[in-house]
Amino acid sequence: MVSIAEPVLAPAPAPAIAIQRRDFRIVPLQGLPIVAALIIGMVVAIATNSLWALDFYHVVGGGLWTGVDLFLGLVLGPIIGTMSIPSRIEFVTRLMPKMVLIMPTLVTMTLGAGFQLARHLGNLAPHSPLHNWLLASYIVVGVMATIALGLLEPANIAVLFELRKPNPNVVRIQRLMKVFIYTAGITGLMQIATLVIMTKLASG
Amino acid sequence: MEAHEPRAPATVPGDGPLPPIQQIAVAVLVLIVIGGIYTAAHLPRHVPQGPTIVLLIAAGVLLVVNAVLLSRLQPFNWQVFRQVAGWVLAAYVVIAGMLEYVFIYDHTRGTQLVVLSLMLAVFAFDIPMLLGFSVARFQEAG
Repeated sequence: MVSIAEPVLAPAPAPAIAIQRRDFRIVPLQGLPIVAALIIGMVVAIATNSLWALDFYHVVGGGLWTGVDLFLGLVLGPIIGTMSIPSRIEFVTRLMPKMVLIMPTLVTMTLGAGFQLARHLGNLAPHSPLHNWLLASYIVVGVMATIALGLLEPANIAVLFELRKPNPNVVRIQRLMKVFIYTAGITGLMQIATLVIMTKLASG
Repeated sequence: MEAHEPRAPATVPGDGPLPPIQQIAVAVLVLIVIGGIYTAAHLPRHVPQGPTIVLLIAAGVLLVVNAVLLSRLQPFNWQVFRQVAGWVLAAYVVIAGMLEYVFIYDHTRGTQLVVLSLMLAVFAFDIPMLLGFSVARFQEAG
């Protein structure tokens, strides 16, 4: 039995910052019908193999995903890092619940439609001159997915749960926010590689 | 909205030493991602199954090890773990289901379909475990 009952570290003195507890939904339920409609649309696009619909889902989803990642990682992230703790928390409690719905939806749209599009256009074929570029895009997406699912998203959700406690722990929030901001910056930078690969694929 | 005065942080499992559950979950994710990239790089041709099966077995073993380590945590806020992991599992069953639909739609059959389905299953259980643990470790155990 792994025992974690005894605290090893003595509780550190809390910083002299009063945190206001906010009541908010971690998953904004009003957004779920929009997510469902988008996912159903993507299934229809794949089932009908419509080039326009697949292109639409891949380009719109990918453009938004890349844009949001770059903006969050390279613009908003550094700004959040310089904000006071209460302002940061105020901002995060409004932004993060929306990101919980937006990002998985954009990623699913982009990857689902993108794979079918590559198949449709023949880029998946091993003799295609663009096959290696496609392989590079898989690797970039794989690394980004690992960072996002393994570090960024756990930190994001843990912060939201911490903020809903009667007495949120400022030190813990700061630590988790640091993970979130750094990983958002890394995925933002990796999106530059995605832009290079995708523009090369589109121009042949 | 109500204001609270600061106080000393409560002692929760996440403040003490924990087994490497998060690290193992990320390792499982890495193995599945490598398997996915390897498979996608070969499609639509036949995919040599040896490397994917090795990756799948390694990921499956690590997933089981992680489940055992998790089940031995004491005390641990299982209520929050179930709440987070349950919702994430529901979401990932939908995502995995869609990927399975695409595989079948694209005429993936036989061993290749079995291996891909098992990889999806490992993925669909690994992420809820990772997110559930990441949140519950910072909750006071009841």
